[in-house]
Amino acid sequence: MAEAVDYSIFVAKGDDGLSQMSLAIDGIDCAACISDIENGVQSLPGVVRARLNYSTHRLSVAWGAQASASDVVAKLEQLGYRAHPFAGRVEEEEARRAQWLLRCLGVAGFAMMNIMLLSISVWSGNVTDITPETRDFFHWLSALIALPAAAYAGQPFFQSALRAIRSGKLNMDVPITIGVTLALGMSVFETAMSRPDAYFDSAIMLLFFLLAGRYLDHEARRRTRAVAGNVAALRGEMAHRLDAEGNPVLVPVQALQPGDMLLVAPGERVGADGVVASGRSSVDESLVTGETLPRELAAGAVVYAGSLNGDGALHVRVTAGGQNTLVDDVQRLLDGALAARGAYVRLADRVARLYAPVVHLTALVSMVGWLIAGADLHFAVMIAVAVLIITCPCALALAVPAVQVTATGRLFRAGLLINAGDLLERLASVDTVVFDKTGTLTLPEPALRLPKGAEPVLVGLAGRLALSSRHPLSHAVAAHANGGALADVVEVPGQGVRAMVDGVELRLGSLVFCRAEAPHDLEPDVSLIAFRAGEKVLVIGVQQALRPDAAEVVAALRARKLDIRILSGDRAEAVAPVAAALGITEVGAGLKPADKIAALDALKAQGHRVLMVGDGLNDAPALAAATVSLSPATGAAVTQAHADAVFLGRRLAPVRAVVDGARIASRLMRQNLGIAVIYNLVAVPLAICGVVTPLVAALAMSGSSILVTVNALRAARPGRKDEALDATQLKEAVA
Amino acid sequence: MNVLIYLIPIALFLGLLGLAGFLWSLKSGQFEDLDGAAVRILNDDDLKT
Repeated sequence: MAEAVDYSIFVAKGDDGLSQMSLAIDGIDCAACISDIENGVQSLPGVVRARLNYSTHRLSVAWGAQASASDVVAKLEQLGYRAHPFAGRVEEEEARRAQWLLRCLGVAGFAMMNIMLLSISVWSGNVTDITPETRDFFHWLSALIALPAAAYAGQPFFQSALRAIRSGKLNMDVPITIGVTLALGMSVFETAMSRPDAYFDSAIMLLFFLLAGRYLDHEARRRTRAVAGNVAALRGEMAHRLDAEGNPVLVPVQALQPGDMLLVAPGERVGADGVVASGRSSVDESLVTGETLPRELAAGAVVYAGSLNGDGALHVRVTAGGQNTLVDDVQRLLDGALAARGAYVRLADRVARLYAPVVHLTALVSMVGWLIAGADLHFAVMIAVAVLIITCPCALALAVPAVQVTATGRLFRAGLLINAGDLLERLASVDTVVFDKTGTLTLPEPALRLPKGAEPVLVGLAGRLALSSRHPLSHAVAAHANGGALADVVEVPGQGVRAMVDGVELRLGSLVFCRAEAPHDLEPDVSLIAFRAGEKVLVIGVQQALRPDAAEVVAALRARKLDIRILSGDRAEAVAPVAAALGITEVGAGLKPADKIAALDALKAQGHRVLMVGDGLNDAPALAAATVSLSPATGAAVTQAHADAVFLGRRLAPVRAVVDGARIASRLMRQNLGIAVIYNLVAVPLAICGVVTPLVAALAMSGSSILVTVNALRAARPGRKDEALDATQLKEAVA
Repeated sequence: MNVLIYLIPIALFLGLLGLAGFLWSLKSGQFEDLDGAAVRILNDDDLKT
């Protein structure tokens, strides 16, 4: 590392006087990396502890006085791993919840097994020679295990049910809580009255199955979020902050405060929103607005985080967001769009709304019915409770989450990180897909357009020269370098770079600087960069390139009867060729964030459900306003935070994968709900007739739960050929 | 049925032992890195070289 970085905002001081830090690590691909990294970091003087989590690719390090955070990062860099520290408060919270769910699951599992041990003895005793005293003793023992276990392991459901009732809603946890409480209460009463039927086993088994589902659901989401967190951390956005003496210090952008003064060198990204204090330059705001033409800046102009500085150095004063800036607009629109979206109700909760009243009414009606038919009160109450137990929504409550877990895992392997739990349900109903252009349909970095007959050697030489330039356009050329950087390169500000190699002068830069002429067949969205080696001249076009499989994916989406549109913030001339290449006719260009929302609202008003795919800061409100939203991992941080899912890699294929995955998942969810309904249609009449013994209840409950879980596993099965995602893409995603 | 007097406590004790083991392994962080545990076995750094 050439420059020291101030990582202090990521470092936490432990009680033992040690400094601690978590780092996201890129490049771990085998078991040997573990000892490489741990031993390597531990060999640093002062490092006390280094432990790598191979599942999440996180390293936690603790060190004493001699070491520092940048030493650790430098060591990892030297070992060949890219690393960046991060602070994850939310994730700690989630890790604690996962532990709690697992503890509940363990307790429920212990209770279930021991109660089953007693229950099976009672059931077999009932058909042979068990004495009522032994049976009662076994029931009391079951109660002794079941009551505390349920009180502990049922907490996730009880708390959630309480929250739902307090806010005047019904969710699946309400009938679960009522069912479990009633089953346990009645069993204790029956046991006290020395009667033969007790349902301790069913109640605990219900909790166990549901907790397993809940834990897996939580883990699946935690895992994708951990990877998303790594992707965000590894972007490692840094900024040069000027300290009191005016010396630049490299700090992570998270450490920037309003009022700080930044130095933005040519070719650097602007780290925070601010106002130019001094300097002149042009910035490429394609990540912010989608506009691919650079904007000229002078003192007093507003700049946005994520803009790429052109050829002049800028001093920028960080603002918290002044009046009427784009960022304020985005924030205000976001607030509105997010409030509008909250109206969506999950499938499971919609079912619960219908389910709870129906079930409780059925129980009441059967009790009244038996009373009218002349049964005594005790028998009628028993029937009502049996109905509630048998309808206890085990299968129903597992039907949706089980599918969600398997489908999310499958999409995770396809390079999709899902933020929102109900993404799959919402996505399945989508009929319109709206793409942003810059960075979404096109690659985030520009690609070269070489003239016909360009000599590869010359291009390679231009690339080597470009390695020494900090101009944004030269990054694209530098990717074609055929060797290391050249020596003694002189940078001529605002014009280009030049160097002498074997007595020949090489120049790379503007057309004038290289005395070159612009070709006549120029497309409107191409920027030019010229290269001269002695007498040879090469004029290279630099252009936003489509993602390699964009045409294919758009065609595939159209084949799935989806309406494809483009809404871009870029000029119409730049959008038109992309739309033409993909065969998209519905195109909006030059749109501001509010225009994008208006366009989406118009679509929604016509009854369309819209999937929005976008990456820019200007897309964030539109993403929040859409029915479902996706963002590439290279997008702006705000945008990703509001996208329902983030996709990795250079290809657009994950968009198709998620559409297909959602349709399969939605079908399986409906199938599962169907299974649960059929189960209830069979079991409820039996319960009303009074033939449900504890044995029947236990069998029916576990049987239906296992059936829906097995059905849900089909979401993980590789489906049709066109949705199979190959390993190469995952490799790309990692790289 | 006198056998129950010691069989049931034994059964419960064994169950509780399993539960305690599970809670201990949870607390000592053995569920935090499931993939890592599978590959760490391949490390040879416990061998004296």
